[in-house]
Amino acid sequence: MASGAMGLTLLSGEVPEFGVSAFDSQPLFPSEVWKTSGGEHYVWSDIWITNHICMAVIGALVVIGFWLIVSHKMTIVPSKRQWFGEYVYNIIRNGVAREMIGEGYHTFVPWLLGLFCFILVNNWFGEFFPFMFPTFSKIGFAWGLAILSWLLYNYIGIRRHGFAHYMKKMTVPAGVPPLLLILISPLEFISNFITRPVTLGIRLFANLFAGHLMVLIFVVGGTYLLTYTHNAPYNIAGGASLLMSSFIFALELLVGFLQAYIFTVLTAQYVSSALSDEH
Amino acid sequence: MLPLEGTGPLGPLLPAHVSEFVVGIVLFIAIIVVMNKVIVPRFEKMYAERTDAIRGGMDKAEQAQAEAQAALATYKQRLAGADDEAAQIRDDAKAAGAQIVASMRAKADDDARRIVDNARGQMEAERSQAVDSLRKDVGSMATVLAGKILGQSLQNDATVRGTVDSFIDSLDQEPTPS
Repeated sequence: MASGAMGLTLLSGEVPEFGVSAFDSQPLFPSEVWKTSGGEHYVWSDIWITNHICMAVIGALVVIGFWLIVSHKMTIVPSKRQWFGEYVYNIIRNGVAREMIGEGYHTFVPWLLGLFCFILVNNWFGEFFPFMFPTFSKIGFAWGLAILSWLLYNYIGIRRHGFAHYMKKMTVPAGVPPLLLILISPLEFISNFITRPVTLGIRLFANLFAGHLMVLIFVVGGTYLLTYTHNAPYNIAGGASLLMSSFIFALELLVGFLQAYIFTVLTAQYVSSALSDEH
Repeated sequence: MLPLEGTGPLGPLLPAHVSEFVVGIVLFIAIIVVMNKVIVPRFEKMYAERTDAIRGGMDKAEQAQAEAQAALATYKQRLAGADDEAAQIRDDAKAAGAQIVASMRAKADDDARRIVDNARGQMEAERSQAVDSLRKDVGSMATVLAGKILGQSLQNDATVRGTVDSFIDSLDQEPTPS
């Protein structure tokens, strides 16, 4: 947290932007153009090599590294390291993929496992040193995953049923009177092809964004009040809000896990509905 | 500009730069590739091996049980065979014993009969020998006696001898006291 530096500026009594500048990506190697224009103009490295992009890359490396380590030299009788890997693997393989998709679920285990771990690690970056920032509160990453899930379930559905049959299946629910279809079909279309990816992306982004914002308010605002000179009630309220922030951190750990899990389960659910035979 | 104000109609829902979007997709695809090519196959291979090991162990146990049962059956069969055999041997021995007793008895009977026959034959022979010598002695003694009574020798008279012989024969024809 940049609260130390932030606290110093707050002491001067200006109305601060609080910590929300943390949501602005900063280039790791800012160019002269960037520096002189104050971020208005940039060269490619100013937007392709930023702190947040770096975090995502590290998150991906952590995920891959973790799985390479726990799956190294697997034996029938597991070591503790392998046991832990199996535990996580089975949550996704049995608890999500097999449960939601059923027959043929093996194909989707890599996707769902990667999805869950990538989101979880990046979410927990918000609570842990050195980043203290959840990657998916940058909406671009969330859109990326949402689009990929959208492509996945539509591709799978079209491959299974053929394009025409798949579109019919997704827009014409069984047992609806033909006249009502005029109303229902556009709704089904919007629900299955537009709402799904949009809600996937926004849900992930908004939860993480709002959660981190809340942490910032409690920590930065608490620090601001605690260090306010000659105002005891402010200082007490600030101390209380700093204490409170630790609970918010715990809550954010839970939210980070839940969002990763929900994104994964919903993707499995969409795949399952695209594969199913009934309309 | 405030950081979250965003630009355009979508406001903060539009990524500040397309770089996040692209990098997110590329990273996730990289993760899926590693998962698909390395991680998941490792896990599934190990699960398959574990299943095989468990199933193999069960098969082995079943096989051992079947073998044990087969051995038990063979053992029981052999035991029953041995019982039968012992009964057979006992019966055989009993039969052989009875046969031996019977044959010994028959032989003993034969021996007894032969001894009796021998004794009887010998007695017969001795008796006839005694009768012969008696006849001879009695004849000559009777002749001598009669000659002495009559005062003449009847030694060589054929008629006398015939008379004596026929007398003795008449004696023979009477039932012999046994």
